[in-house]
Amino acid sequence: MTTLTSTTADTVMPLAARDAGAGFLTATGQTARRTALQYLRTPQLLLMPPILGALFLFIFRYIFGGAISTGTDIDYVDFLVSGFLVQTVLWTAMNIPAGVAEDAASGVYDRLRSLPIPRAAVMAGRSLADTALNSWAIAVTAILGVAVGFRTHADPASIVVAFALILAAIYAFTWVFISLGLVARNAQAAQAMATLIVVPPTFVSNAFVPIDSMPGWLQDFAANQPVSVIINAVRSLMLGGTDAAGVGHSTGYWVALSLAWCLGIIAVFSGLAVARFARTR
Amino acid sequence: MTPIVEARGLTKRFGTVEALAGLDLTAESGHVTALLGPNGAGKTTFISAVATLLRPDGGELRVAGIDVTSEPQRVRRVIGLAGQFASVEPAMTGRENLEFVGRLFGLDRRGARSAAAAVLDRIGLTDDANRLVRTYSGGMRRRLDLGASLVGRPQLLLLDEPTSGLDPRSRIELWDAIRNLVADGTDVLLTTQYLEEADQLARDVVIIDRGRVIAAGTPDELKDRAGRDVIEVRPRAAGDLPAVEGILTAVAAEAPRCDLDTSRVSVAADGGADQLTVVVRLLDERGIAVDDVGVRRPSLDEVFLTLTGRGAAPSTADHADPTSDAA
Repeated sequence: MTTLTSTTADTVMPLAARDAGAGFLTATGQTARRTALQYLRTPQLLLMPPILGALFLFIFRYIFGGAISTGTDIDYVDFLVSGFLVQTVLWTAMNIPAGVAEDAASGVYDRLRSLPIPRAAVMAGRSLADTALNSWAIAVTAILGVAVGFRTHADPASIVVAFALILAAIYAFTWVFISLGLVARNAQAAQAMATLIVVPPTFVSNAFVPIDSMPGWLQDFAANQPVSVIINAVRSLMLGGTDAAGVGHSTGYWVALSLAWCLGIIAVFSGLAVARFARTR
Repeated sequence: MTPIVEARGLTKRFGTVEALAGLDLTAESGHVTALLGPNGAGKTTFISAVATLLRPDGGELRVAGIDVTSEPQRVRRVIGLAGQFASVEPAMTGRENLEFVGRLFGLDRRGARSAAAAVLDRIGLTDDANRLVRTYSGGMRRRLDLGASLVGRPQLLLLDEPTSGLDPRSRIELWDAIRNLVADGTDVLLTTQYLEEADQLARDVVIIDRGRVIAAGTPDELKDRAGRDVIEVRPRAAGDLPAVEGILTAVAAEAPRCDLDTSRVSVAADGGADQLTVVVRLLDERGIAVDDVGVRRPSLDEVFLTLTGRGAAPSTADHADPTSDAA
């Protein structure tokens, strides 16, 4: 019986396979699938980000919105939704570090590190799955944005570019929060640190209010931090040009600057995450 | 024949804690080697080094003749790791978990599917294969974790405290699974805090304390070195205690100990089983009814007390567990 089992196993396991583990693409696909299944089969993880997004959207649209002046001809709902989509990227990504820290603590990462696969693939897979989850939350938020009154007269191409830019931002910020999860001691600490990283750039930005309404000492940070830069790009793409959006420079300028930020963030934080994950203590 | 694991003067320091302090160890191919020691002894650190998860500060470490520091990727093709924590994904089914690991070992879809099926059969989880692991019991998760380390058909299986925290039945089931593997020719290096576990599974036991090997041998050799057997008698009637004490005094070289609370008389006995035969005959001749009589071998605590001069209680080096830094 024992012999029989081992013979079966021999035939299912080609000798060549024992000499080489999975390549980068297979390993990335498999680890992405694993994280995606975690999300799909844990409805809270799947539904909470869009629900939280909807809650915030309604609060700003219907509670604070009436008291906020955009300082231009733009309706507040148009101003809000075009910025809201970008800052939602961070709020959704906030869930990543806890999941990463949990994987690290549960021993899953130890097993993956002990396998004959490129270690960078594990992180690449994670980033893809998280980008997919975040994109879903953004898609729901965009639909809700239209439902609460957002209207655009921009040409379809600009809208496509706007969403492509948001996708780039999702991917970039995913790496920030993966890195955070890897350095956190546990899921709880990761969650707390994530909140601390999300709140300043989302609120001290042009997402909810025009930057000139803030005190001078805050304006420099508010105007130049990446979330505001990306919002300027998305807003001017969605509202039909920089004049309509009241964002100073040209649309091209903001898009280029946003892409530079995204690439910079990806370069720094994917490097950090991979180095941290792959390091042999 | 090349030893499956060979360590020479292995050192590893975490801050001020010396987790491995010049560890020498040779594990032969063809059977189970158990690393036995209290928390913080360096067991997990050593397993992690063998599993290429951490780099030793000094010394030499070879797995199947391959140097772990210079060729970790080759070592990873030889080993399978199952940790202290069941590192399986709760949101996937048992089958999906195994296929996932199979794919990472380089199997194609079909190969992974049949390898997973074969492993499920072997660990007795075929009937529960399509259930999400989050519905599994602790014992089933641990068996699946063991299975996951087998999908790649490793030459060397590394098990870090495979049964800690399991109930007795699950523990026995896991032991059976491990025994079957060895019968099929997989080498196993496992860590445990339980002498009984080492006794059940291993032919060679290596006792580790404070990052060093303090004794090595078969379980029986170690118990012989660790202390003497104890003959213990529990008479049915408490009134027989003095009579039992008399018998043991006559048989053994030392004065027996009488514990009135538990109605037990015990005495250290060098002759073990032979002396027990005499004791049983004498009890029978005098017509003393007993609830229990037997030779008790030394426990891990006693082994430790003898070999180190202190008990096997968790030491202050407990935080040397490298997993605490993994997060």
